[in-house]
Amino acid sequence: MSFINKPKVAHPSLPTNALGMTRRQYEGSMSTLCAGCGHDSVTAAVIEACWGLDMRPEQLVKLSGIGCSSKTTAYFVSGAHGFNSVHGRMPSIASGANAANRELTYVGVSGDGDSLSIGLGQLVHAIRRNVNMLYLIENNGVYGLTKGQFSASADIGTKAKKGEVNQSPPIDPVLLALSLGATFVARGFSGDKAQLVPLIQAGMRHRGFALIDVLSPCVTFNDHEGSTKSYTFTREHYHAAIEADFVPPAEEISVDYREGEVLPVQLHDGSRVVLHKLGASYDPTDRSAAYAFIEQKLKQNEYVTGLIHINEDVSHEFHNLNKTSTVPLNRIPYEKLSPGSTALEKLLGRYR
Amino acid sequence: MPNLVSAPDRVNDFVIKFANVNGTGSASANSLIMKAIFRMGVPVTGKNYFPSNIQGLPTWYEIRVTRDGYAARAGRVDIMVAMNAETYSKDVREVASGGYLLYDATWPRSALLQRGDITVIGVPLAQLVNENFDGVRNRILLKNIAYAGVMAALLDIDLQVIDGLMSESYGKKPKLLESNSRALRLGYDYAKEHLQCPLPLRVERLDKTRGHIMIDGNTAAGLGCVYAGATVGAWYPITPSTSLMDAFKGFCERYRVDPATGEHNYAVIQAEDELAAIGMVLGASWNGARAFTPTSGPGISLMNEFLGLAYYAEVPCVIFDVQRVGPSTGMPTRTQQGDIMLCAYASHGDTRHVLLFPANPEECFYMAVKAFDLAERLQTPVFVLSDLDIGMNDWMCKDLKWDDAYRPDRGKILSAEELASLDKFYRYVDRDDDAIPYRTLPGVSPKGAYFTRGSGHNQYGAYTEDSAEYQVVLDRLKRKFSTAARYVPKPEFAGKGDSKIGIVSVGSCDGAVREAIDVLARQKIAVDYMRIKAFPFGHDVESFLSLHATIFVVEQNRDAQLRSLLTLETGVDKSKLKSILSYSGFPMSCEPIVDGIRATLPDAPRLTAVTGKHTR
Repeated sequence: MSFINKPKVAHPSLPTNALGMTRRQYEGSMSTLCAGCGHDSVTAAVIEACWGLDMRPEQLVKLSGIGCSSKTTAYFVSGAHGFNSVHGRMPSIASGANAANRELTYVGVSGDGDSLSIGLGQLVHAIRRNVNMLYLIENNGVYGLTKGQFSASADIGTKAKKGEVNQSPPIDPVLLALSLGATFVARGFSGDKAQLVPLIQAGMRHRGFALIDVLSPCVTFNDHEGSTKSYTFTREHYHAAIEADFVPPAEEISVDYREGEVLPVQLHDGSRVVLHKLGASYDPTDRSAAYAFIEQKLKQNEYVTGLIHINEDVSHEFHNLNKTSTVPLNRIPYEKLSPGSTALEKLLGRYR
Repeated sequence: MPNLVSAPDRVNDFVIKFANVNGTGSASANSLIMKAIFRMGVPVTGKNYFPSNIQGLPTWYEIRVTRDGYAARAGRVDIMVAMNAETYSKDVREVASGGYLLYDATWPRSALLQRGDITVIGVPLAQLVNENFDGVRNRILLKNIAYAGVMAALLDIDLQVIDGLMSESYGKKPKLLESNSRALRLGYDYAKEHLQCPLPLRVERLDKTRGHIMIDGNTAAGLGCVYAGATVGAWYPITPSTSLMDAFKGFCERYRVDPATGEHNYAVIQAEDELAAIGMVLGASWNGARAFTPTSGPGISLMNEFLGLAYYAEVPCVIFDVQRVGPSTGMPTRTQQGDIMLCAYASHGDTRHVLLFPANPEECFYMAVKAFDLAERLQTPVFVLSDLDIGMNDWMCKDLKWDDAYRPDRGKILSAEELASLDKFYRYVDRDDDAIPYRTLPGVSPKGAYFTRGSGHNQYGAYTEDSAEYQVVLDRLKRKFSTAARYVPKPEFAGKGDSKIGIVSVGSCDGAVREAIDVLARQKIAVDYMRIKAFPFGHDVESFLSLHATIFVVEQNRDAQLRSLLTLETGVDKSKLKSILSYSGFPMSCEPIVDGIRATLPDAPRLTAVTGKHTR
């Protein structure tokens, strides 16, 4: 934890992206989270993902609720507007913002308390509405800001720092999202940036609701022996099963993949996700199979990570269902919105 | 109980009340009569007293024929159309002495229900309809049209006008038109043959409705949102606000679908609850769309947390609160002005909000537009406090007019060019000394980026826990509320301004107050009147309060909420303010106001006793 300001000057030899921007230019203000917090690694992955996508900072909109995870939107891409709203209500802010301007990239950052308890209803309905956004859950099984109470993602039998044992079954965001028909469902681990960055990039480019549950240990309140969300436990039980490479639209798939081992999925903007298959039988476009597989692995205490399910059918994305104007609603000139005085005069006939 | 108007001439001045069972299609028959009278040039009001239910419970519809054009409920019933056996005994009792009662004579009435001082008219409606039409549902519906026919004969309503209305409604369904016309004539002809037509209470053509329409406030407000350029509406269904979004959506389907592409220049989102609805409105407004939510009291209760965020983070938003009877679920289909305090100070911490008080549907239209301009100019939530009476009843209003030169006041939004010319952008700095900062929209320029937060922030938009920095922002917000007082609509005044007695009121009380002023004038009691149209209160409000020795605050709630707000937010001497309150759930009539004022004068007998009235 630090209160010093970051130096503004960057080393001239830092690599730049297609916009001529360095990674440093995608950073935000200094993190005030605990040293070693998994969330800071996720922030770093988001910065890397945006830099790699050559994203103009103002094209990004950062949204969050309340909690440690929700603070992190201040720590990346300071050139993007951010909206730190109220506890558990980020999805509604995101839905409204997205309705007003369909062109921008919306990234919501939330935690397991913010999403699975107080905000469960809003999360569920944002998925159902299929809002075009990336929704990151930084999942650590505890409430950090209020000092270590169990969250709804805490596993049965996991131990709190003071010894209390959790008895209630967890809500798994991946199974939840799959059951609701989310069109992009992934799980990552804050300690595996190589896997997380392409997942974030694919989630941002996916048209529709993309959920990534990121196991992100809390070093202060949930990193002890007996916890199932500690760094040690997560490293032992996470299983980077379904690796994904993100290939932007302009690029060729350059790596040689062996026949049958990979499944390239074309995203709506022309980019592709190349999935390394678990086995010949696993099909990430088959939602029911994905659900059964994840559920079975969870029973074996195994967190399968990677892109678990993807469905590029965009027909029920919010704006497609609504037939929203391709020009964002916030840019339609008033002249096109007002029916005018003649129409009003004519309309009044109905009320005489 | 003497009637207020005791003149023998009751032409174009009487009240009809229809007692029906809800879900039987009576509404169309009743509005047919109302609209026919309106088309004969005679001013009318229509008030629907319906249950919170879909089918089978008692419902009433009251038409006041008022040659003087009063907007309030009359507080008496001259003709009862008693079509509901369940409420019959109560309905009989309600008729004013010398009045009339129409009932379905197909079945015998109990002798216990006789009243010597009214004229009872029996028509075998069910029998007539059953002999002429098939089908259970059909017969139920057409019985209503048949009594409309009887009423047309009794009241001397022009049958051609009714025919015209029916062919407009059923023009594309000739079979329906034929059966309805036949049912209408069944009743009409029966009445002409068996009854003495017309009654002394009857309708005579006037020319007092030209340039007017009959419209409800929710429709007018929905239309106002379209003309204001609103593009995002988010809501959760709740009585009595639902028809506002229905209207907005209907108008958008008509005016906002691109004819070439079929694309929608609007988005209506049915949210999972009111918390989400207001969140969506904030998200959309923050992102530069004009966005709104219609709701009622319970919805406002749920929205409180977000409303505090909107106030503190200075996000514009427009909320229509179509008030209903509280507390809690209360009586969802009855009217009240019970959310004044709730809205004025919604959310925890120091918050104050801009309120607009439309008095009728016409003002709902114009104030809807004004609300968006104010919200964006002031960067804060703006509430339009309508109520069930205004929102769901048809009112006679002046034709709505639109000035094509209107352009939305988007307030202080910096463009990419303006941002480029700035050294650095700070979100909450008071650059113009009016306490209103500048804002930027996402997607425009990285230079405009800022972090919106409900947590403590300084004027530069950064997180703070520093007392001085926090107070700079909070004190500016207080000054901004003073700025708001200069922008909001001024009160409306009536009277010569030289009386010692003043009346202060808001919203749908207006009709009753104006009628009371006329009644008092006939009794040589002159009063001045101020109708408050907005909060915060400006200088006009202060000076009216200081210039009058006794002030009656007329409102529709138990706890005198407007009076409380006046005592908190102006320098008025509290002891000068006397309350006249109506909280029965029914729209206010003029009697409690006349009585309340006369009670303070020497030797003044009380005029009437009306339920739901309380003076303190």
